[in-house]
Amino acid sequence: MLELNHVYKTFNPGTINAKTALQDLCLTLNDGDFVTVIGGNGAGKSTMLNAVAGTFAVDAGTIAIDGKDVTHLPEHKRAQFIGRVFQDPMMGTAPTMQIEENLALAARRGKRRGLAWGITRAEREEYREKLKTLGLGLEDRMTSKVGLLSGGQRQALTLLMASLRRPELLLLDEHTAALDPATAAKVLELSDRIVAENHLTAMMITHNMRDAIIHGNRLIMMNAGKIILDISGEEKKQLTKEDLLARFAAVAGQQEETDSVLLS
Amino acid sequence: MSFLTSLMNALPGAVAQGLVWGIMAIGVYITYRILDVADLTVDGSLATGGAACVMLIRAGVNPWLAVLAAMAAGMLAGLVTGLFHTRCGIPAILAGILTQLSLYSINLRIMDSKANQAVSVDKYDLLLSQRYVRTMSLDNPLPLLLVVTVVVIGILYWFFGTEKGSSIRATGANPHMARAQGIDTNANIVLGLMLSNGLVALSGALLSQYQGSSDINMGRGAIVIGLAAVIIGEVIFGKIFRNFALTLLAVAIGAVIYYIVLQIVLQLGLNTNDLKLVTALIVAVFLAIPYWKGKMFRQKIQPQSAKGGNGNA
Repeated sequence: MLELNHVYKTFNPGTINAKTALQDLCLTLNDGDFVTVIGGNGAGKSTMLNAVAGTFAVDAGTIAIDGKDVTHLPEHKRAQFIGRVFQDPMMGTAPTMQIEENLALAARRGKRRGLAWGITRAEREEYREKLKTLGLGLEDRMTSKVGLLSGGQRQALTLLMASLRRPELLLLDEHTAALDPATAAKVLELSDRIVAENHLTAMMITHNMRDAIIHGNRLIMMNAGKIILDISGEEKKQLTKEDLLARFAAVAGQQEETDSVLLS
Repeated sequence: MSFLTSLMNALPGAVAQGLVWGIMAIGVYITYRILDVADLTVDGSLATGGAACVMLIRAGVNPWLAVLAAMAAGMLAGLVTGLFHTRCGIPAILAGILTQLSLYSINLRIMDSKANQAVSVDKYDLLLSQRYVRTMSLDNPLPLLLVVTVVVIGILYWFFGTEKGSSIRATGANPHMARAQGIDTNANIVLGLMLSNGLVALSGALLSQYQGSSDINMGRGAIVIGLAAVIIGEVIFGKIFRNFALTLLAVAIGAVIYYIVLQIVLQLGLNTNDLKLVTALIVAVFLAIPYWKGKMFRQKIQPQSAKGGNGNA
């Protein structure tokens, strides 16, 4: 499904601020994998997701989605394969546009946008039904500007938008980090449901070890731009937070103290 | 009494000028409000529109065709600014300034190296002229200007409702989101700049016929007049006009109000030379008001929002 082959990325190369964010990163996702990604600050988690989404060009290596090499495709062209939800609730929606307009934009992801009317009556009905499943009452506010919604409502809407056209790959970049715990739990539950219902392949970054263990069928841990742990199947189901910290300590060695603090 | 009668005499002219500049202001609205780009190309492309139109009419071209050609010239100017910005990585405001500066030379070339070119309504069959602005006849420019304004608003209303137009609005509202939804934001910025400068050149083409000449300096400060119209429209009609077409209409009316107020202060004895200073200061104040308001608002609301949070999702 997704294949990262020896990917490198250094920000600000040749300067005093040079930061190697991805170093010889290799990762293969199978169809239907729901991978949770953990790691300390600066481990390269978000950089990996952004490299896949095409936010920047990588220095070396190749990225393929569903067998197609997308390494040199710009961000907006890769979007046809990818649904995304960002950490910042402001990033995923157009605040000055209506809820239904945002959905209509998302429904046309990867399609040619011509001079047909931007939203049809049939679509409105479809969106109303889908918004009902969120249980947030947004189906009665379809012509409200998204800027009026709370952070949690926006993340839920962005999730719906990301899955409106079934993506080959769903990227969730700490999408609950900016939410209060109760709202975060709701949005996570919704993420699970959307991934399960649509049989999506997904990657989810989280700073919460518990969430990383509970959700998905596979867990990877990153450190210094590399994947240092990759657990799936039965082994992941048996995993505990203590295991994870111990495994992390074993692989990351001397970094144990600082990072165990960050991770717990 | 004489003040009022002379004002009434000047009113049709002020309205006509307001309508001509209103079309330019709608162009400014597209970049400033929809694309969220401050495009300074307009000071040059307004004169380009006027220059191209006048020279073509003088060469015997049909005035309607001349207007269309002027629009095409304006769109080219927008294209250049767009390419400077998206393909060369030049900040939008600087890209506009570069195009504006280069247009000064280009406009002089269009006008045969003269700073001014006349196109008399006696010699040519112009679409509109200042001369008939107070006459009750078919030659009066006001009906034509109203029709052009309504047609422009109608076409824009349709366009920004289409898939393509919606994607341009999304580009201005949130480029991250737009790209994540597969929208080519760079192409859309170029398209928006072309559309905007096409309208600005249309305004320039109509203005040159209205005043019977094109001038190398006719676009000086156009961006500020455009912003003034946008802001006046928003301040007066922002609360009642929600619909997109009405918002554009508010911009056009804003330009008319601007020219009527201008007429009044001129009659009250303001020196013509001070006009641009006064206009700039008024626009500065109106741009500052939302900022000041926001500051005061934040200070008042702070203690409440601390315990509020957004747990209603």
